[in-house]
Amino acid sequence: MLSPSPKAETVISTSALDLVFETNDGPVHALSDITLDIKKGEFVSLIGPSGCGKTTLLRVIADLEHPTGGTISVNGLTPHEARLKRAYGYVFQAAALFPWRTIADNVALPLEVMGLDRAERDARVSENLELVDLAGFEKKFPWQLSGGMQQRASIARALAVQPDMLLMDEPFGALDEIVRDHLNVQLLKLWAATHKTIVFVTHSIPEAVFLSTKIVVMSPRPGRIHEVIDCNLGADRPLEIRETPEFLKIAHQVREGLAAGHAYE
Amino acid sequence: MIRSRILPILTVVAAIIAVWYAFAVILNAPFERSAAERAGETIGFVELLPKTMAQQRPVLPAPHQVAVEIWETTAEKSITSKRSLIYHAWVTLSATLLGFMMGTALGILLAVGIVHSRVLDKSMMPWIITSQTIPILALAPMIIVVFNSVGVTGLLPKALISTYLSFFPVAVGMVKGLRSPETMHMDLMHTYSANRAQTFWKLRWPSSVPFLFTSMKIGIAASLVGAIVGELPTGAVAGLGARLLAGSYYGQTVQIWSALIVAAVLAGLLVGLIGWIGGWLNRRMGVREARA
Ligand SMILES: Nc1ncnc2c1ncn2[C@@H]1O[C@H](COP(=O)(O)OP(=O)(O)OP(=O)(O)O)[C@@H](O)[C@H]1O
Ligand SMILES: [Mg+2]
Repeated sequence: MLSPSPKAETVISTSALDLVFETNDGPVHALSDITLDIKKGEFVSLIGPSGCGKTTLLRVIADLEHPTGGTISVNGLTPHEARLKRAYGYVFQAAALFPWRTIADNVALPLEVMGLDRAERDARVSENLELVDLAGFEKKFPWQLSGGMQQRASIARALAVQPDMLLMDEPFGALDEIVRDHLNVQLLKLWAATHKTIVFVTHSIPEAVFLSTKIVVMSPRPGRIHEVIDCNLGADRPLEIRETPEFLKIAHQVREGLAAGHAYE
Repeated sequence: MIRSRILPILTVVAAIIAVWYAFAVILNAPFERSAAERAGETIGFVELLPKTMAQQRPVLPAPHQVAVEIWETTAEKSITSKRSLIYHAWVTLSATLLGFMMGTALGILLAVGIVHSRVLDKSMMPWIITSQTIPILALAPMIIVVFNSVGVTGLLPKALISTYLSFFPVAVGMVKGLRSPETMHMDLMHTYSANRAQTFWKLRWPSSVPFLFTSMKIGIAASLVGAIVGELPTGAVAGLGARLLAGSYYGQTVQIWSALIVAAVLAGLLVGLIGWIGGWLNRRMGVREARA
């Protein structure tokens, strides 16, 4: 079963979330009245034009940013408590690997912070490098890997924590289309196998439609939710599904939503 | 590769030596002219030239005079001899190294404090900067005299002057280095709920290593200057500073210049050594080598 049952528990719940950045040029209303429920096992994409608050929303969930209004709970806890319990793995737009650590040591970084013993760390490192197809690259340094491989390493690093939730901020944004397709398929497999909840920021309509069970279309100034589109293309999703009428229909709907979100500027 | 590096250096050295000879002739000529005048002779340039390069107490000794003096006081003297420049260089070097190690440790400690505490950041930084505006020539005699009066002489007071000069670049460089991690890396540690110690040892400290070595290069050169300056006010009997002082008492310009050259070479070697260790460590840390 692919889409979470209606009874599935809500893991992220926001209500009338507001966030205003006080800058030298005056206040920036990055998030306005965000009310959103994300259920366990969902794959939710946030899509919208630059500056509409996608990253900010993800960072609020991750307790990297603090809302100025409204409420938010993660696993029934405050984001701060959830972070302390290491409820999520965060994947940044850039791989953000430490250049002085080998790939294996980079993946082991969060495990060292968690205080896991050597054997457990080694086991998790090789398991997750295997998962992202990087077995054999343990001893390499980040600069010896391509951008796509680095990003995979950073995903392995997030997975090594074994979180129930993955927060991904345009993880494949900087990669070429072919690598991106490949990683999309891999990510989908991973999601189907592990039933993790994934919140995924993207600029790409096909990527969002291909991956998601739910697409949140956002619009800027102030950053808000324009439309939430359900999207369910079934368990088996080869890349070719992107040529099917159902796929194109949802993609069209997202595009309309984005255009409308822009229209009343 | 090596040729392309050596050639420019040799060219510069050759140019310096040529200019040096020219000035030696110009500066030492008046003495020879007045000597000839007193003897009631006139002296032509051809006779003048060799004489300007062979004076006992020239205004500016010629390069070969200095080279001969250095050779005689290093290779031809036992290192335990009070006339050996190697002995004097070692006396200065030991104070330099001790002071440098203390200065580096102090600089790092201050930087760690400043980076982790807003109070220290606000309160310490102005004092650290003020400390460097006091001319070391004014401060050195006081330090030496104060320590002498309580019976501490020799290595330690000199080393303290080195410490005083070297902690500053290290502190400033390390504050910058410890603050150099990208926001994204800091955020990453935050998502792991890493504590301050973990963030320090796993992120801040490794990020600061290149900054540490850059500032240590400045620090060790400053330490050497400090140790030499520390030898001047007491009329110390050993050390490169003592050689400079003794040379100037007795008008032994050749001796002064020998000590200066040895000090410069020593500084070059020390800075080079630190750069080499820094480069080695960088490679060990897997940082991509800059294209040569
Ligand atoms: N730390 C900050 N301080 C001030 N303003 C900020 C800060 N972070 C984000 N903003 C502003 O908040 C708004 C939303 O930014 P955000 O990064 O969330 O957009 P985004 O949807 O992720 O855009 P992009 O697609 O370009 O990544 C923008 O106007 C941005 O300038
Ligand atoms: Mg963004």
